[in-house]
Amino acid sequence: MSESEEFETLRMRLSRRMFLGRGCGLPLGATALAGLLARSRASLADRGPAGSPLAPLLPHFPATARRVIFLTQSGGPSQLELFDEKPGLETWAGQELPDSVRQGQRLTTMTASQKQLIMPSRTKFERCGQSGATIGEWLPHMKRVADDLCFIKSMYTDQINHGPAMTQFLTGNQIPGRPTAGSWVSYGLGSENRDLPDYLVLISKMQRPSDQPLYDHYWGSGFLPSRYQGVKLRNAREPVLYLRDPEGLSRELRRGMLDGLAELNDLRYEESGDPEILTRVRQYEMAFRMQTSVPELIDLRDETEATFELYGPDSRRPGSYAANCILARRLAERGVRFIQLFHPDWDHHSRLTSWCTARCRDTDQATSALITDLKRRGLLDDTLVIWGGEFGRGVAGQGNWDSPEAGRDHHPRCYTIWMAGGGIRPGMTYGATDDFSYNVAEGAMHVRDLHATVLHLLGIDHERLSYRLQGLDFRLTGVEPAQVVSQILS
Amino acid sequence: MNVFQPLRLTCLALAVGFTCLPCLAADRIDFTRDIRPILSDNCFQCHGPDVTKRKGDLRLDTREGLFRKSGGGTPVVPGKLADSELHLRLTTDDESLRMPPPKSGKTLTPQQIELVRKWIEQGADYSGHWAFTPPKRPVPPDVRSLAWVRNPLDRFVVDRLEKEGLQPAGEADRVTLIRRLSLDLLGLPPTIAEVDAFVSDTSPYAYDNLVRRLLASAHYGERWGRLWLDAARYADSDGFEKDKSRSVWAYRDWVIDSLNKDLPYDQFLVEQLAGDLLPGATQSQRVATGFLRNSMINEEGGVDPEQFRMEAMFDRMDAIGKSMLGLTIQCAQCHNHKYDPFTQEDYYKIFAFLNNDHEASIAVYTATELQRRADIFRQIADLEQKLRHDHPDWKEKLAAWENIVKGNQTAWEIVRPELDASGGQKHYVLEDGSILAAGYAPTKHTTEFTITTKSPKVAALRLELLNDPNLPLGGPGRSIDGLFALTEFKATAAPADKPEQKTELKFVNATADVNPADAPLAPIFYDKTDKRRVTGPLEYALDGKDETAWSIDIGPGRSNVPRNAVFPLQTALENPAGWIITYRLTQNHGGWNSDDNQNNNLGRFRLSLTSADKATADTVPAALRAILAIPADQRSVAQTNALFSHFRTTVAEWQPTNEQVEALWKQHPPGASQLALVARDLPRDTRMLERGDFLKPGRPIGAGVPAFLNPLPAGAPANRLTFARWLTSREAPTVARSMVNRVWQTYFGQGIVSTSEDLGSQSDAPSHPELLDWLTVELMDRGWSLKELHRLIVTSATYRQSSRVSPELAARDPQNRLLARGPRFRVEAEIVRDSALAASGLLTDKVGGPSVFPPAPDFLFQPPASYGPKTWKEEQGENRYRRALYTFRFRSVPYPALQAFDAPNGDYSCVRRTRSNTPLQALTGLNEPLFMECARALAQRTLREGGDNDADRIAFAFRACVSRAPSERERQILLGLLQKEAARFGTPEAKPWELAANDPANPPALPAGATPAQAAAWTALSRVLLNLDEAISKE
Repeated sequence: MSESEEFETLRMRLSRRMFLGRGCGLPLGATALAGLLARSRASLADRGPAGSPLAPLLPHFPATARRVIFLTQSGGPSQLELFDEKPGLETWAGQELPDSVRQGQRLTTMTASQKQLIMPSRTKFERCGQSGATIGEWLPHMKRVADDLCFIKSMYTDQINHGPAMTQFLTGNQIPGRPTAGSWVSYGLGSENRDLPDYLVLISKMQRPSDQPLYDHYWGSGFLPSRYQGVKLRNAREPVLYLRDPEGLSRELRRGMLDGLAELNDLRYEESGDPEILTRVRQYEMAFRMQTSVPELIDLRDETEATFELYGPDSRRPGSYAANCILARRLAERGVRFIQLFHPDWDHHSRLTSWCTARCRDTDQATSALITDLKRRGLLDDTLVIWGGEFGRGVAGQGNWDSPEAGRDHHPRCYTIWMAGGGIRPGMTYGATDDFSYNVAEGAMHVRDLHATVLHLLGIDHERLSYRLQGLDFRLTGVEPAQVVSQILS
Repeated sequence: MNVFQPLRLTCLALAVGFTCLPCLAADRIDFTRDIRPILSDNCFQCHGPDVTKRKGDLRLDTREGLFRKSGGGTPVVPGKLADSELHLRLTTDDESLRMPPPKSGKTLTPQQIELVRKWIEQGADYSGHWAFTPPKRPVPPDVRSLAWVRNPLDRFVVDRLEKEGLQPAGEADRVTLIRRLSLDLLGLPPTIAEVDAFVSDTSPYAYDNLVRRLLASAHYGERWGRLWLDAARYADSDGFEKDKSRSVWAYRDWVIDSLNKDLPYDQFLVEQLAGDLLPGATQSQRVATGFLRNSMINEEGGVDPEQFRMEAMFDRMDAIGKSMLGLTIQCAQCHNHKYDPFTQEDYYKIFAFLNNDHEASIAVYTATELQRRADIFRQIADLEQKLRHDHPDWKEKLAAWENIVKGNQTAWEIVRPELDASGGQKHYVLEDGSILAAGYAPTKHTTEFTITTKSPKVAALRLELLNDPNLPLGGPGRSIDGLFALTEFKATAAPADKPEQKTELKFVNATADVNPADAPLAPIFYDKTDKRRVTGPLEYALDGKDETAWSIDIGPGRSNVPRNAVFPLQTALENPAGWIITYRLTQNHGGWNSDDNQNNNLGRFRLSLTSADKATADTVPAALRAILAIPADQRSVAQTNALFSHFRTTVAEWQPTNEQVEALWKQHPPGASQLALVARDLPRDTRMLERGDFLKPGRPIGAGVPAFLNPLPAGAPANRLTFARWLTSREAPTVARSMVNRVWQTYFGQGIVSTSEDLGSQSDAPSHPELLDWLTVELMDRGWSLKELHRLIVTSATYRQSSRVSPELAARDPQNRLLARGPRFRVEAEIVRDSALAASGLLTDKVGGPSVFPPAPDFLFQPPASYGPKTWKEEQGENRYRRALYTFRFRSVPYPALQAFDAPNGDYSCVRRTRSNTPLQALTGLNEPLFMECARALAQRTLREGGDNDADRIAFAFRACVSRAPSERERQILLGLLQKEAARFGTPEAKPWELAANDPANPPALPAGATPAQAAAWTALSRVLLNLDEAISKE
């Protein structure tokens, strides 16, 4: 059955009972279905947000980004090796970090008992592109797109351990239980593609077991209804759990079962009048569509050789970061609202040089390719790309600072992320750190400022996107003041 | 114009929500219901309880503040609108004066301003927040629909309906009623036989008898226990990074048992907060304190254990707030509450009650095991009594032995080491010089402890193993049984004045007070090598072999005791300047995975040395040494018996009896462990924490309670038990109300107060305030009996209404807050699963026991979905089909079939589940393997029991899923589907077993005459039936 036929069927089923028989006593589920019907008649060009209870109120103002690709680098990539060049550190090598710089910063118990001896950057930096962005030598591909990126060197967070810091980075609060940015956006803006969920999550399949866990609450909807939670695509044969029909169950049989099910559920609706029944019918239909749309989404056979070459050899390995970058682009093309990738293992307490370069190799080419690919397809203009992790790393060496075994401990006070596209000013660097990359020197940008800015690009006033719970109006940006960083908007 | 006329709500109103129900029949403005929420939302932030944020020295949250002259005017002058500054400020055109100020981002709607106007004009009747006043029994109102009323509860409901001009719905039919009752009280659908019996029961007491039967069922505790477990944030793992499994199912079973025996609700709370402090606390009362231990634990490498103890404390406060107090208090962790009078100081006063405990794990036994233990101890006592009887001179013998052992001790110098910083495991030196290991527990590692002694001579070293309440089962080790294995004990020494001259020490004639026989290492310590790893006597720690280790394990029930080992030097060390000695403890007998519970490490231990020659391990336990210090004639019988128990083991001619006792100990049950609280001897120093940061302690604070709630019992000690008694006082205004409200929420889909986690001033106004108070007083007057509360509710006419809803009523009251109909909504996640198991006949109805592992996708338990590989050994026997509440709950890997239906994962206290309706639920219901097994089982059951024609079978399968019989139209649809499917599966190329058998290679036996094609067609049809909205809904 084609889309339009399917909707026609639905419309007929509904119109009989509701549009004629029941006047304006439209229950909510029926309203939602009516919305679906209305959308099926709209052209692709003018399809607007729907499926969100706030749809009539949003956007608050014109958006520059329609969707987000969030390249989450879990573990705390080292700004000192990748972006935040501090040539002056060479003269401090092996000396103790001055107390005037440390200012009582708490350390994790892993290094709290050792001296804080300065370890200069392990990389050489280059000034790249017209903008002259500083990028370390471990990211050769990223240099090529430097002029498309906006570096924020003054990010900071309150948390020093992975779980709480990542939870704060994604939800605004260190305690699990709040909705993530993706859930808020899905809740606020709804979907542009009725065949796929609004919020999809892709996790890199690593070559060796990962160090850091990726909890379900990293894409959880918290107290928002669970239809706004991120749907995690598996990096394996079955991309959505229980998507595949059981053996021996043909597609015709499944369709027949669903038709029978819908007919029976409809009868029950007529009997009981509960609109939730109609919503359930709708979700069974979405599930049925996902059984087709998801396999089509992940089937990369229609991608050209040139594309795989652009994203690098790892892009042919299902579940790899590079393959997920291609998927991210496909999801963006299909109008999915919030696409979140996770790449773990940026937590380099030891052997920084060998491990960090390995993570750069995993991600560098594909990240650069994603920017290039989005740009050449005209998608970068309204797709916001975010690259970053939950915190940065400290200037002191962990272990013997001058040994190859040395690493860096967690550092929350300053680190670097970058954003691109979707209304972000390209080719700029915002904010700066002190001579030790230890404290923010200018343009401090807290996690909640990042959230406020991301929502702003999507046309949402972060102070007005709220959800009432326990007598409080909860917001992504919480109760502390948060600022949209207007300097980085194009 | 009355702006609150929901009667005229149109389609447009639906789009903006339906929020003004509380003010429905509101001619008379009620301050608490109508005005206080407006002030609380818009004004309290700057004019509320938080003194640090208060502007213009004006507060509007108290009577004084509202009615007393302040600055230029008086906020409210009753009856005089023009003199009331509050109204002027809300309505003035002068932007600089208008409230709330624009930068607050808050504005009142014209309707809200209108309410304030009316309230002032009507005389500004004031009362404090309703929920902070203890409930009093209201008089049930007189109503017209007396014939409809079944108990006083109904009067409150129908009174409201009459005022709204609504009629209650008629009673639901009998099938719906028994299904509703079964789902509500047991969490299971009724069987077909139960439905038939009830429908045909003509007794006027049929309904009451049914309620009585259901309330007496053991499944009642499972159903209502699960909801309490949400509130208690129950899970079987630690959460956070490693998310190791933990043993807490005894607490889960305690909840089920307590509800089944209808433990009064006040006692139910007291035992969870302070069961261990009750006089003569039983095992079950200690287990109950597991409630407080359900917090997450982080053992990430960089974590400060004190930080996460504090996180756990905050979590306990939050859980007590939501689940017991019915108040959201976590704001006050960092600052004064913006809305409630709950201050930061109040928060830490309560905190101080809870801050004085060890994080313990205790051994627990089932009732059978407890009986077994009692038998063993009685038999041992009998044997010992017989010895004494047979040897009347035992007292003299004992005295002689005492004389020997009293003087045989060596003088030891306890040495305090420099702490080892190399490994991931943390060590803390305690006051007595012992060392406590904590945090991350590597399974294979060596720790070194270096000490300096001034003693010129060192002749022997000693290692003592000590108990500690914070270790599993009290230690002395860190393994899940509180034991350890010492792979190798080594030491080096250097003269204190020549530290570079280090030599390895050699030991001779080492002794220990326990030397178990050679035994293979337990399977949990498997390290993926094929070596035969063993434990045994002390010599195993000195043999230089990595496969052998000294253990103190002499079987369950008596291994968790202090031990000591002494290592005499081959050649005594002599140097006038003293010695630097490094003790090296190799602990390589853990398993392969340090992120699981596989460590076999020392927990608490103490190092010492002596200059005495020929030192040996003390074979007399420290506890007995304490008794020996008491003069013989002053000892209690128990003390003398304890001495005798040890003494008899030293008497050679009593060997036969000793062996009998040993044989009895071998029969001791292994038991399980349970996280619990054990009070510290000395309370901790509790301080206010600046912004809730454990690194920024402020001034000390003593235990206490908020002034706006009931007072503490006079003269009671400042401990958890006093706190629990305070909390369960009849005067506690929110505690019983919040439970009544949650019970109501479970039946009707939402509470009388919809914000069931918070009855404070930010809560939603109650839809039936007097009903809430009436029920609350009933609960307390009926001895806090929850079963009586349930009986009261389910026997009401309100509960027995049909849930059928007309479009008009659905539009007017979409959330059914007025209760003009019965409840209809999708059942909780566990009931979705249990209903399918029950309908298919697969359900195992065993109650209690360790959590189980039904089918789940393997990848969930491997990286990257999980931090480390987790063990999920899929059940093959009856445990595969246990009720969903017994499914093992890893916090970081929620069970997907339950997660899809909004089961909380236990990270935090949850007293109100979301009820979502998603495509993932559809996929789960259609394709999840266990749901598929249910469809196949239902198909086979239908072919076996459902009659001999398709019409009967359809009726049977339909009734198994939704209890009622299908209508003619439904029967036709199903028959049509069945025939189409049977035709599909009947073709020669079809492979019916692929669908109809769990394992197509081993298809099940079918009843005579049934074909595989039929089994497949019925499987498909069962799939449809089990996915009906009605099959997972309560109607």
